[in-house]
Amino acid sequence: MTKDQKKKKKSEPTTATLIDITQKKFRWSDYIAEKVIKGVAFLSITIIVLIFIFVFRESLPIFASQKASIQAKAIDSTAEVQETYGEVTDQPAVEETQETYGEVKDTASQSSTDKESYNVSAGSGFDDNQSALKTILTKDWVPVSEKPRYGILSLIIGTFKITIISLLFAAPLAILAALYTASFASKRMKEIIKPTIELLAGFPSVVIGFFALMVLATFLQNVFHYDTRLNSFVGGIAMGIAAIPIIFTITEDALTAVPKSFYEASLALGASKWQTAFFVILPAATPGIFAAVLLGIGRVFGETMIALMATGNAAQMGLNPFESVRTLAATIGAEMAEVVFGDTHYNVLFLIGSLLFIFTFVINAIAEFYVKGKLMKKIQGK
Amino acid sequence: MKTLNKNKFAVIALLLGMIGLAFAPATDKIIVKGSDTLVILAQRWAEVYMKSHPETAIQVTGGGSGVGISALINGATDIANASRKMKPSEKDKLKERYNTLGVEVACAKDGITVYLHPSNKVKELTIKQLSDIYKGTIKNWKEVGGADAEIKLYGRENSSGTYVFFQENVVKGDYAPSCQTLPGTAAVVNAVKKDPAGIGYGGAAYAEGIEICKVKKDANSPGVLPTAETIKSNEYPITRYLYMYLKNKPTGAIKQYIDWILSPEGQKLVVEVGYFPVK
Amino acid sequence: MIKSFKNNIKGILIEGLTLSSAVVIIAIVVVMITVIVVGGKDQISWEFLTSFPKDGMTKGGIFPAIYGTALLVIIMSVAAVPFGTITAIYLTEYAKENSLIAKTIRFAVRTLAVIPSIIYGLFGLGFFIKFVGTQMDNTFLGGQLKWGQPNILWASLTMALLTLPVVIVSVEEALKTVPQDLRAASLALGATKWQTIWKVVIPGSISGIMTGTILAVSRGAGEVAPILFTGVAYYVATLPASFSDQFMVLGYHIYVMSTQSANVDQTMPIQFGTTLVLLALTFILNISAIILRYRIRQKKSN
Repeated sequence: MTKDQKKKKKSEPTTATLIDITQKKFRWSDYIAEKVIKGVAFLSITIIVLIFIFVFRESLPIFASQKASIQAKAIDSTAEVQETYGEVTDQPAVEETQETYGEVKDTASQSSTDKESYNVSAGSGFDDNQSALKTILTKDWVPVSEKPRYGILSLIIGTFKITIISLLFAAPLAILAALYTASFASKRMKEIIKPTIELLAGFPSVVIGFFALMVLATFLQNVFHYDTRLNSFVGGIAMGIAAIPIIFTITEDALTAVPKSFYEASLALGASKWQTAFFVILPAATPGIFAAVLLGIGRVFGETMIALMATGNAAQMGLNPFESVRTLAATIGAEMAEVVFGDTHYNVLFLIGSLLFIFTFVINAIAEFYVKGKLMKKIQGK
Repeated sequence: MKTLNKNKFAVIALLLGMIGLAFAPATDKIIVKGSDTLVILAQRWAEVYMKSHPETAIQVTGGGSGVGISALINGATDIANASRKMKPSEKDKLKERYNTLGVEVACAKDGITVYLHPSNKVKELTIKQLSDIYKGTIKNWKEVGGADAEIKLYGRENSSGTYVFFQENVVKGDYAPSCQTLPGTAAVVNAVKKDPAGIGYGGAAYAEGIEICKVKKDANSPGVLPTAETIKSNEYPITRYLYMYLKNKPTGAIKQYIDWILSPEGQKLVVEVGYFPVK
Repeated sequence: MIKSFKNNIKGILIEGLTLSSAVVIIAIVVVMITVIVVGGKDQISWEFLTSFPKDGMTKGGIFPAIYGTALLVIIMSVAAVPFGTITAIYLTEYAKENSLIAKTIRFAVRTLAVIPSIIYGLFGLGFFIKFVGTQMDNTFLGGQLKWGQPNILWASLTMALLTLPVVIVSVEEALKTVPQDLRAASLALGATKWQTIWKVVIPGSISGIMTGTILAVSRGAGEVAPILFTGVAYYVATLPASFSDQFMVLGYHIYVMSTQSANVDQTMPIQFGTTLVLLALTFILNISAIILRYRIRQKKSN
């Protein structure tokens, strides 16, 4: 910045005689422009910091101990009374409201109806934050219940399960297709493949989710004959479709970045085209491919709409790929809109958001620094 | 350069136009917000009502019962739709801000329907059986007289009023973790339609390819299908009201609107949308 | 002889394997497009595009969703394009290629590009609605709720953050195609740096800025997760008339129609029709971006 200013000052005298006044005016604008531009450029850094602060901030109350436990117990004790059922249907209190519209109801009659039913305390604001924190590392995700439990283990396992399935599907396809495009394809084939991938990258995830829900789920069930129609397998394939363009593009970039000299040297030594492609180009680009796979993981990990529509959303721990799963992102997407703001459930959802944020941030950082360093070293032969 | 400026002006003009619209004078404006279960019905009411009362503008938005009630508490809506009753904590907040407990208007009745696949031999279940099925204690259809197949559970997201109502009045405990929670009635119906061993619950819905399960209060009582009569007479055991909440007793345009909703004309639309009249 | 024959077979097999992977991907795209076009083509009519949903969303059109999507991407672009362009200008014109600042900004931009869209939604809720909005209400409206709730402004701004990296990357690429000689000539003629940027560099990269905008719009039109809790509505009876209104969006409409309508069979055509409209919209945008970018690259190679 200072150097630029110096440069400006130096260039001044040479043109000063002609347009003196305008020069002076514009120098101001120049100065301001530079400041503004620099300020704006920092925006992206600021945004990241803000995202972290604000997402994390809303999850903080979980860690603070609260005194609400007494109230929570009071609610529990009333809940224990109502073991009976069947009476629920003909409550006098309800009949009353039904006959006379718009009557101001007093709390007394309302709470009496409450007593007769199973008491669900979700979103009541009476949850004990400390007990919520204790349940986080369990496997039960039951946020709406008499005793809410916020175990996110099953969500984490579900997310990883679906990530692995989608990568097993997408990574080989995308990497091999990229290898084909970079090493074998004719110019015409390239002109078909590349725009197709770009089109696929432009598919909104809700469209892929819709396709998975309506068509893919039925098709795969007919082929594999499993019981549960919406499961981690269907979701994984659908998310794999969404991840293909990312993996393909970065892999292709890495493959084409391998210097021509590698290729020529290999051919000169008598290797055939496929040997060169497989044993020279592909290994030289491994760090780039690794980065591609990492970013693919990042994409799948945070995918929300496909998970919401195609995975069945049952929080289960099992490792069977044909079972329903519930992912972290889908949990946020499904539950945030109806939750009472400021409630424990709300805070836990933000905590899940913070986890997702940290995870993708770390993945990106690894792809960025570690891989780049390796790639440079490899290509430059150090 | 020139074209850039033109584009810019076009964009700015458009923005100014939008801001201008913001200050456009409104007639009697009623804002309705809340439950996605009720939003279609509310929209239908608004659509028909505005035709005969052009001086009233009704804006209907969904978002969920929780969203609607907190908007009512914060003064951002005139009417909050809810598929569940207001919670004590929400009433406390309302009282704190406006010193009123709010007004509850039951505007429609809904029978929570249990869906089965048509090929399922089981055609009726008691509440106890439903509870055990959803708790996960009954795992196989043969335990309730069906074929030897593992029961696949489908339900609504835990954020929905239907989930809470079914939990409070039928399950009376926590749902089994294997219950697939889907975002809406359509998704549940669709899932059961394609799963011979599936069972689902949700609002009244029309679809070919699903069977509506008869529900028995207990082992000795007869199985009842949710129809207008059985729901009106409370013979069908799982019925609930759908509510509209107001801050105070309705006056003026809002009173007129609510009276119209509760009139036979308004209640006729309830049936068209697939719910049941309150009277 | 035998060895080279074996090698040939291997070569053919391996090339075939890579080729078939490419073909599978193309097939997936073709199948998806075909299914959606076949399912939705009968639904598309002028009336479907220009009328409101009717009869409890089981009939009628999707006009409010189209209008809401358009409004969303316009407000989003107004916010994202200038900031994205300026950041790109800083990176190419002012910052030293290997300086720590430039590296950090580049890293930040790439991080923004990989943060899951649902996190943007959480951020929009936590920052715009609960922090900025509530503060605005408290300062200007004395605590009356107007801005501290989901609306189209907050949704658009959230979307703008999401699309910012898209703009930055495309504009940066375009700025780099402006030859250094042009800059040098301008500076030599006595123009200041800012004058050079404003009169030489930016006009020279207009098509790049356009590409960035188009790509951002295409991304913004299709994303649903960031606006789930920052402003989108299941149904609104009137078009959004002010920044504090909620709105409908094509992508969300697909989601709610396919999961939450009361009559699945009856609304199936609407679901496919809406999907087709959204897909066509993003395709047209994407293809024009691909063509524009192709032209820029050709210019660069000339």
